[in-house]
This record gives sequence, structure tokens and C-alpha cells, in this order.
Amino acid sequence: MGDVEVDRNRSLELVISSVVAQNEQGNNEERLMSVETVMAKMPIYLDNHATTPMDPRVFEAMTPYFLGSFGNAASRNHAFGWVAEKAVETAREQIAALIGANSKEIVFTSGATESDNIAIKGVIEMYAEKGNHIITAKTEHKAVLDTCKYLERLGKAEVTYLDPDTDGRISVESIQAAITDKTVLIAVMAANNEIGTIAPLKEIGALAKEKGIFFFTDAAQAVGRIPLDVNELGIDIMAISGHKIYGPKGIGALYVRRRRPRVRLTPVIHGGGHERGMRSGTLPVPLCVGLGKACEIAGAEMEEENKRIIALREKLHQGILEKLDYVSLNGHPEHRLPNNLNISFAYVEGEGLMMAMKDLAVSSGSACTSASLEPSYVLKALGVGDELAHSSIRYGLGRFTTEEEIDFAITQSVEAVSKLREMSPLYEMAQEGIDLATVQWQVPHE
Amino acid sequence: MAYSDKVLDHFNNPRNVGSLSKADPEVGTGVVGAPECGDVMKLQLKVRGDIIEDAKFKTFGCGSAIASSSLATEWVKGKTIEEALQIKNTQIVEELALPPVKVHCSVLAEDAIKAAIADYKSKSAAVVTEEVKAD
Repeated sequence: MGDVEVDRNRSLELVISSVVAQNEQGNNEERLMSVETVMAKMPIYLDNHATTPMDPRVFEAMTPYFLGSFGNAASRNHAFGWVAEKAVETAREQIAALIGANSKEIVFTSGATESDNIAIKGVIEMYAEKGNHIITAKTEHKAVLDTCKYLERLGKAEVTYLDPDTDGRISVESIQAAITDKTVLIAVMAANNEIGTIAPLKEIGALAKEKGIFFFTDAAQAVGRIPLDVNELGIDIMAISGHKIYGPKGIGALYVRRRRPRVRLTPVIHGGGHERGMRSGTLPVPLCVGLGKACEIAGAEMEEENKRIIALREKLHQGILEKLDYVSLNGHPEHRLPNNLNISFAYVEGEGLMMAMKDLAVSSGSACTSASLEPSYVLKALGVGDELAHSSIRYGLGRFTTEEEIDFAITQSVEAVSKLREMSPLYEMAQEGIDLATVQWQVPHE
Repeated sequence: MAYSDKVLDHFNNPRNVGSLSKADPEVGTGVVGAPECGDVMKLQLKVRGDIIEDAKFKTFGCGSAIASSSLATEWVKGKTIEEALQIKNTQIVEELALPPVKVHCSVLAEDAIKAAIADYKSKSAAVVTEEVKAD
């Protein structure tokens, strides 16, 4: 971890020096103020499910492939191509190693959304003669749900959307009960992006194998955060994202099993036949290298990193529970990503809360900004009431989260919730002993 | 989405947060919105004669909802009931520079004023009835 600290300090120095460089014409005092302003302006980053900062080691590994080593990995006849191809193949091996796969089973894509699209559309088209039924869950990422809905609209697929239990887990029994002789695909995410709940992957994989159905998992949040071995877990297809694991944005991968069973996918993007025909298009070599490096680091440091992150996450959770009442955890208490804490602060609204926690970059299941005003569909599927869904905050810790930042996050969260509860008519009613469920609410006239 | 300076000002320094006694016959209380919609506003007015002497609010909601109710309390204070009833949500939208997705916050504030005044009126009508009975 020491090296990471050093690297992080180096990247901060880079930010500062670039600001200083911009201000070289100014006098010393102005220059210093400007650096402080820039650093002070940025909140503490606790939104690592949305994206992660790139690890400086990843950035360093990528840089040669932007300038000198710019070749096309598909150019077979000269050294530029060979250098690029070697870099890409090394990256492929690094990705495969993290998930216990063979490098030939890794297809580069633009990200997890594209991987989800290729997996689901690819199976449905390729195996149309075998069946058209997909089993998935209501808590899946929109990239899976919207792809399924699209196929339903076209009449190409029939989809079962399973309900999770109250902790967000999809039971193997419910999958088993939904299987028909037309089922060709089970699509259940490895870990949920909002609540961090980890699916019973091994059990689902075993069931899929037994029934001869492909098991696809969107592992954008799980790869690099928890150990995943595609053979041990019986995963046939898996979506991977670069920017969720301290790699670059714009790159992802799809694991596609080659044997027992061999999975074949109809491509979504047609062209030069790159990536064994499953995803045509010239490979973005620096991004591929970045994803490979990010996987290598994740594999080497996951165990130590998780110990540290779980300790910080528990400190945050306990620190909040010690100071505040009416706080509830969303998601599973144990089968949960190490870096995820999703909690509802009853009687305060999430968006207002995020505004009050102005020095923390977090996210909320409240959706006051969206036109629909519908709170998180994930929390809704768990049976969390709309009111508590509106009160939810997702903290996403990461590799660069420090204990100091967590201490600050506890203080600011407690202050913000307390301040808003003082202003909350619901909190006042609760204190007066009024059961909010029995109140006749007056909806606005719009 | 960035908030306007005025929303930020009302959110960070809300005016007239608090509660007035519901038992006071001169106090009208309006509670509008619903927790499952993500906004609930409670607006209370203390009326002497025809003049709104004091106003207090408590709001469960986003920054724009809190700012809209804070502004509403500022605006109604010192006004007559008739004047307060003239406040339109569009004026709140304009003053706080609310984006279209936040217009419902201003609607809620207008509704809260109207609900509080209606409550005050029904209360004072009840008082009059009681007085009549006492004779």
C-alpha cells in the first residue's frame, strides 16, 4: 500500500504543478491561493461505484501506447503492429488471470454496457432455434434490463424479471422455478451497483450447467473487488468494466467461455472480424493496456485492499449508527461488496442531504431531478418503501479512500442529517408519536 | 446540476424554520406533499386581524423544496391574507431560478400557503360558531 500512497501523492503533485504552471505569470501569493482553491473545491470522493479514479500505475503503463507505440494491433506485417499486438495480448492475459480464464476467452469491448448488449443479444440471436427465454432480475443494471426489453419489443425474446429478497439476493429456487424448455440464458449480476449485494453465483452456475442454460453475469462492480473464478463459479459469459477498477473509461471486456460449454455469440458490431468476429473494430491499444494493468494490480492487491476497505466501511457505518437513530442498511449485511455502504436516513430526503453534505461526493436513490420523480427501482424491488428510498445515500469507498476522509465523512453526514431533521416535518411528527403511515397526505395540484 | 445562488442561500441559511402552536386559534397550518413523493412541506402562519404576523416552515425535500418554502415564509410575512393568496408558484420559480424539473417544489410552496390560510379560516370560523353558541 505504501507504493500506492507514493503514487497518489505524485498524481496530486502533478495536479498542483499544472495549476502552478498555469499561474506562472502571477505572483507567489496568487499562485498559492489558486492551488489551495483547486484542492479545496473538490469534495471527498466516495462514489466509487459510479467510477474510480485511475490508478497512476495504470496511467503510466498506458502512456507509451499513445505516442511512440501507436501501431494497429491487427497490422501483421511490421514492427508497429507487432508491438501493439504484444501489448494487447499481455493485457488479455492479465484480465484472464484475474478471473481464472484463458486469454482466448477475453473479448475487448468499449465497456460493460456494450458487453451486456453483446452477451444478451448475441445469445438470443445465435441460439434462436433452441429457445428465446431469458431469466433475469428486477435489480439488474439498466444495460441488461433495457437490452431485454428491447428484445421483448422486437418479439425476439421472452423475459422473466425475478424479484429479489429483501436483502437484494436472487434465490436459486426462484430461478429454478422460472426455467422453461425455452430458457437459453440466465442473466444475474455478480454484485449490485446500488446496494452491493453479491449474488449466489456458484449455486446459479451449478443450476445453469445442470439445465444446459448459459449463465451470464454483469460483473462490472465485482471484478477486482471480490475473487471471481469463472470455472469455480460456472460462469459462461461475464461483463467487465475498466473504469470501475481504477482503469480507463471507454474500455471493458467480455469473457466468453470456449469449452464445456462453448458459447457462440452473434456480433452486435460487424466489420473486420476482430476479436474472433465477436466485436469488430480496431483495438484501442492504450486502453486495453490500461485495463490489463488494472486487473493485474487488482489481483495482486485485492486481499490486502479489502481488509483495509472493509475496516473503513465498518468504521463509517458504526460511526453513523453511534450518532444517529432511524438509520437502516439497504442490501445484504454479509453478502456485500467490501466498498459499499447504502443506508437510509429516515425523515430526510436524499438530494437535500447530498446538498448538505457538500464536501462529500456520494449518490442517492432519491430521484428528485428525474422527470418521473421515481426513487431507485433497485430499492423498490427490495421492498424498501418509497419514503426510505428517497432517504437513501450510497457511499462507495475505494483504493484511495483514507481514514481521515472517513472520519470527516462521519462528521459531515451526522451534521447534515441532524440539521435537516431539525427542518423536517416528518421527523417532528415521528417525535410526537404520529404514525406516518396513517397520515392522509395532500398531493399537490399540478 | 448546479443550484442557483439564491437556492443555495436559502438552503444554507433557511429563514423561519420552526413550528408554531397548532392549538393557537390564530395559527393556520398547511401540510402538503407526501413522503413517498420525496417532498412534504409544513407551513404555519400566525394571523392577527387580517395580517400575517409570523410564518414558520419545516420541509422534507430537496434543496429547491427547502428554498421554496423558506422564500414563501419570507414573502407572506406582513402581507394580508388576500395578498398572500395572490402569490403564484411562477414567482417563486423566477426568484429562485428553478429549472423545469424543480417547478413542482414551487407548486408545493404555493399549495402550502393556500392550505395554511384555509386552515386558519376554518379555525376562525369554528371560533365564531362557538362564540355564537356561548350566547
